[in-house]
Amino acid sequence: MNAPEGLDIRAPIGGLFTLLGLMLAGYGLVGADRAASGTNINLWWGVVMVLFGLVMLFLSRRSMSAPREG
Amino acid sequence: MEGNPITHLAGIDYAIMAVYFAAVLGVGFALKRVMRTSTDFFLAGKTLPAWVTGLAFISANLGAQEVIGMGASGAKYGIATSHFYWIGAIPAMLFVGIFMMPFYYGSRARSVPEYLKLRFDEKTRTLNAASFAVMTIFSSGISMYAMGKLFNLLLGWSFNTSVLASAAIVLAYVTLGGLTSAIYNEVLQFFLIVFGFAPLVGLGLNSVGGWAGLTAKLNAAAVTNGLPEGSYTHAWRGMTHASTNPIGVEWFGLVMGLGFVLSFGYWCTDFLVVQRAMAADSMTAARRTPLIAAFPKMVFPFLVILPGMIALALTVGHGAGGMIPAKLAANGAPLVDAAGRTVLDFDLATPMMLVKLFPAGMLGLGLTALLASFMSGMAGNVTAFNTVWTYDIYQSHIKPGATDQHYLWMGRVATVGGILLSIAAAYVAGSFNNIMDLLQLVFAFVNAPLFATFFLGMFWKRSTGHGAFLGLLSGTIGAAVHHGLTLPIGATPGVKGGYFGLVHTYPSELAQTFWTAIVAWTTCFVVTIIVSLVTQPRPDAELTGLVYSLTEKPKDRDLPWIKRPTSLALIVIVLIVGLNLIFR
Repeated sequence: MNAPEGLDIRAPIGGLFTLLGLMLAGYGLVGADRAASGTNINLWWGVVMVLFGLVMLFLSRRSMSAPREG
Repeated sequence: MEGNPITHLAGIDYAIMAVYFAAVLGVGFALKRVMRTSTDFFLAGKTLPAWVTGLAFISANLGAQEVIGMGASGAKYGIATSHFYWIGAIPAMLFVGIFMMPFYYGSRARSVPEYLKLRFDEKTRTLNAASFAVMTIFSSGISMYAMGKLFNLLLGWSFNTSVLASAAIVLAYVTLGGLTSAIYNEVLQFFLIVFGFAPLVGLGLNSVGGWAGLTAKLNAAAVTNGLPEGSYTHAWRGMTHASTNPIGVEWFGLVMGLGFVLSFGYWCTDFLVVQRAMAADSMTAARRTPLIAAFPKMVFPFLVILPGMIALALTVGHGAGGMIPAKLAANGAPLVDAAGRTVLDFDLATPMMLVKLFPAGMLGLGLTALLASFMSGMAGNVTAFNTVWTYDIYQSHIKPGATDQHYLWMGRVATVGGILLSIAAAYVAGSFNNIMDLLQLVFAFVNAPLFATFFLGMFWKRSTGHGAFLGLLSGTIGAAVHHGLTLPIGATPGVKGGYFGLVHTYPSELAQTFWTAIVAWTTCFVVTIIVSLVTQPRPDAELTGLVYSLTEKPKDRDLPWIKRPTSLALIVIVLIVGLNLIFR
């Protein structure tokens, strides 16, 4: 499913979301900013984004190591 | 543009934006070495898988104006705004995927105007290409202007800096990596928009007491605004008559005007979206592109309309501390309508939700999502413009027969030129608001008849170039005449219509827009048929691959059923009927 040459878009998406997720979750752990309801949304949403990023990275790695068709 | 900004950003918010900008530029640089021919640059080498083109298809359409505008409409009309998606997009997306893509992808056309050249003649193509090129420039300029103004108001950023900086980033990644870069970044932007807005809906619903709490609050708001209870939370209630629903349109005008003419005219003929599908790696992938896009499109109302509805629930009955601020008159006092109710600045519904519900950190992510939607919309316009300019105007009228390297170079030049023109348009929009209203009106007249031309071209082999050309012209004139003879209720003659005299008054501006489109389409359809019947048709042999009855039907029997375009379309139809029943 990856482009024949160049770049599999899932790799940069995975990288970006993992990094942004880590930044948000880290900020949620040390910072005092909360949603109005008191939820530590930075921490929770950061974790969700890291998980999504890792899935994307995993998918791009798997298709890279898979043998080419044809 | 002075006054204090509504909020300030923390370091973490800037850091998130910076990481995003680095990522989109990185994608552009990584793709630079792959751009060797004009096909790589304009058509992404026809190498992309369907899920990538499908998400780009939806993302190119999801500009900032869509995100902000749909939130505003959610606050104005409630859940009925989802008609713009469920009636006004999905059926046309299914149609273009199943029936029209075989001709766009299967013919040798490299753009939508070029299809018109192959099917009809040069003049029809040039008419379409020229109006399309002008339109993309102005729509990207208008959204650039809106974005600069919004960030100035929210964050106090300088209008010039935000316009020039975002234009520079889009310029860099499109010039480097062409359509592939635009499409890859659109996929990235798609996920960013989803991840930026989903928690907004979650926190918002939480703060109004869930769906039940939202319904109760919006029922009260409906009564306050003089509408029956449930008007904001039911999409079809009161649609039998224009006066009993918040949109002010009856069901026939809605289904024919929005659901048929405007929606099919946009999704089936606009090169901005069709270009994404044409970049797919195979005919099946091209056909699946709009069908895959239909799935997220179906649930986007919950992402972009719900924030507006929640904002309304947090405004009505909250006095001056409400979520949506009042629209201000020139002297700075809040505007009040004839019934004594405060007029709300609906365009601020979604931005205020971001600012008030998100803490530092998430706010950076939400605003980055807004910037991403702005950039994907702009890149969509720019890539469509550089292709139509290079292939349909430059190669066919100015310099035919040059080398492929020359056209690749021209594509990069056109990207720079297109962005410079958009910036100019953004400043024109800032200085002459009326000119922009007028231009958007003219575009509406030019676009409305388009689908009649494509429909007859693809499904009636007897239709001729003269018929198509005259049909398009008279459709546009028909739209102008209808608009010039009607007015929405309460408006004065001028840019809102009525400049040729007044024969009918519509209950709302949307009703007038929808009926203008219906008139334009019908005029074009009838004139094309009449002129075609008295002019010389092209022989069948020249029309193979361009007309339905003379083209071999695509076979997808050998595909697993889940990958067949028709079965995807069936799943979408079942889901869309279900959604309409749930929110009837």
